Amino acid sequence: MRLYVPLGITFIAGIIMILEFFVPHDPFPTLGGHVKDWYTIVASSAIFLGILNLLRVHLKKINLRSRNWQYSPVTIIGFLGMFGTGVAFGFTEGPFFFMFNEFVVPMGATMFSLLAFFVASAAFRAFRASNWRASLLLASAFLVMLGRVPIGDLIWRLIPGAAESAHPNLVTEIGEWIMRVPNMGGQRAILIGAAMGVVATSLRMIFGIERSYLGGTD
Amino acid sequence: MSWEMVGIWGGALLTLCLYSFLYRDNPFYKFAEHLFVGMSAGYWAIYTIFNVLKPNWWDKLVGAGDADPQLIMIIPGLLAVLMLMRVVSKLATYSRLPLALIVGAGAGLQLVSFFQTNGLKQVENTVIPLVGSGVGPTIDNLLIVTAVVCGLVYFFFSKAHRGITGGMANVGITMLMVAFGASFGYTVMARISLLIGQAQFLLFEWVPTIPRILGL
Repeated sequence: MRLYVPLGITFIAGIIMILEFFVPHDPFPTLGGHVKDWYTIVASSAIFLGILNLLRVHLKKINLRSRNWQYSPVTIIGFLGMFGTGVAFGFTEGPFFFMFNEFVVPMGATMFSLLAFFVASAAFRAFRASNWRASLLLASAFLVMLGRVPIGDLIWRLIPGAAESAHPNLVTEIGEWIMRVPNMGGQRAILIGAAMGVVATSLRMIFGIERSYLGGTD
Repeated sequence: MSWEMVGIWGGALLTLCLYSFLYRDNPFYKFAEHLFVGMSAGYWAIYTIFNVLKPNWWDKLVGAGDADPQLIMIIPGLLAVLMLMRVVSKLATYSRLPLALIVGAGAGLQLVSFFQTNGLKQVENTVIPLVGSGVGPTIDNLLIVTAVVCGLVYFFFSKAHRGITGGMANVGITMLMVAFGASFGYTVMARISLLIGQAQFLLFEWVPTIPRILGL
């Protein structure tokens, strides 16, 4: 029960999804549609598992008066505020919509913009130009960044004759070329390699060779 | 104070609380961080209920509109409940069943879609005429094909990276470094654009309201 039933479900669900694509005749499209619906429902319900865990962790922190427990009620009140108003007033208008637009969106943007500082300082430490390849990475990053802002071309045009040359926006052009050619080639190699990895791992999971998702080694 | 003003001041103060982390970790940052976590969790819970579970599960189960009720939808509902059993240690074993469905269906879906989009489509777009219309496009095409082939050789670990394989792997890692640098620069610029957006919000929306609030 602990091992073979989950392995059987994984095998059947995986095979149905593959057959639905390769055999577009009944019963596979119908079965595939059901499995997809069930997958969407069950996978999305996993968010409630995360929320239960979040609430449990913070309630435990309050209960045990752990370090920084004073902030845990803020998380719980924030959650209940959003959840309660969403259930009571709907999510496309009213207080839920207001709180999302006025508080959650700015905080999300701020959180991600904070990463600009930390990514830059981490990169300074991690990507020190210790060898020529690291220098290449730095140069590539620098040119792409410079190519995305107007100051890049302004600097280029400070060179006498650059503004009247055939390439007045040379820095932007270089940035775009790096994105279009070497970046695309490198990303493509990564994508193809990842696709092979996904295919191999998916087959291992469907055929029950890879079982780590069940926890433990049984 | 109007609701618009409450929104602007709330958003601005929370933004400043979060930016205070640039100085160092402090209670204002911790407050805003915890609030953000809680409110985001609430948002995603509501989003999932109204955008995913209601149309895909509840409406089908009860037969919304003229549709007939689909009692078979009780099964995914039960599986979703079993998923939550993960938090009850005695019943945690049963959460393996919905997990198995997610893993199996996800693996089957990804196997086909990844193979098509990330595998075949990328290979198809790499099989291009090496000689383009002019010197520039020819160099571009050669570089793309070289980057893809040598990048793949770099990821091929079944053969020692010596001799020709080693040379190709070296070219591959060089091209990958350029790609990583470009991706890094692109990511940083995306974050900078968010920073500019927040700075504009503070300067052009919040700051002009300060004299009004202070009665100046």
